[in-house]
Amino acid sequence: MVLNNIENLLEKYENGETSLKEEQLLKNYFAGDNVAPHLEMYKPMFGYFLVSKQEQFNKDIPFETETKATKRNFNYKWLSVAAVAVLMIGFYFGSGSLNNDDLGTYEDPEVALMELTKSLEMISQNFNKGVSTVNYLDELEKGKATLGYLNEIDNATGLIFKN
Amino acid sequence: MTQTEFLNVVMPFKDKVFRLAKRLLVSTEEAEDATQEVLIKLWNNKKKIAEYKNVEAFSMTMTKNFCFDKLKSKQAQNLKIVHTNYEDKQTALQKQVELNDSVNWVSKIIEDLPELQKTIIQLRDIEEYDLDEISKMLDMNNTAVRVNLSRARKAIREKLTNTHNYGIK
Repeated sequence: MVLNNIENLLEKYENGETSLKEEQLLKNYFAGDNVAPHLEMYKPMFGYFLVSKQEQFNKDIPFETETKATKRNFNYKWLSVAAVAVLMIGFYFGSGSLNNDDLGTYEDPEVALMELTKSLEMISQNFNKGVSTVNYLDELEKGKATLGYLNEIDNATGLIFKN
Repeated sequence: MTQTEFLNVVMPFKDKVFRLAKRLLVSTEEAEDATQEVLIKLWNNKKKIAEYKNVEAFSMTMTKNFCFDKLKSKQAQNLKIVHTNYEDKQTALQKQVELNDSVNWVSKIIEDLPELQKTIIQLRDIEEYDLDEISKMLDMNNTAVRVNLSRARKAIREKLTNTHNYGIK
């Protein structure tokens, strides 16, 4: 390889005017052992280009995850549609029953009285149940009374430390 | 299109996609993610693949756009802190070809180039694409590609000369 030729090629190369074939020539020249000393600095550059070309992509292509992802997207879309539909139905029927203030009434006063006493009785029963649980609070009072004994100790220590 | 057919289409250039992604994103892990992303996008559009005139060029464009987006996104800006401390763990390849110090220099010099020049150097000098192909991939005109290529090559040469002389003088 004539050195002159290489230098010309290098100049063309730097101007981006070399063809791929000419660049291959340059790469071959600099991959060889007899590179002219003053062109030595080009060696790592072309060496690097050749080396980098060997790197490979070894990971798998994840076909599976991709299909799952699209499926999930699809579900979310329809889920939102369903949610909106449910809401609409809820509002439609819900508003109908909410406006209904008429709760019905008893025609016969005697039946009405009976129903009323029944429900009041139920209320009072439950109320008593609640009160009976609260009765347990009396224990607290008892405890407090026992604690009153502590005053005795207080008195005793008072007597001792007085002198 | 079945998975095997798709693989047959994709196989010849998946390494090129990966290398371009690595050139732009620096870290191997990120480049792997980017490659997967690009391939998944291709797979999702597999029905359209037949319509593309040149799947390879199309994928390279996609990769370039994806990586540029990634670099612009906030996520990448956070990762940049990592990149400065980043050391490539995959030394197997380097050992294999006995990369010497100056070859590492070249990689660093290229890393410092502007993104566009990096891309063009990768496509031209490493993947050896035609200038017309590159101009199509990057959606630029031929002269602009040439100018950028020339600038990048000159920058690399200049820095290499500096480091080369540094040892001698």
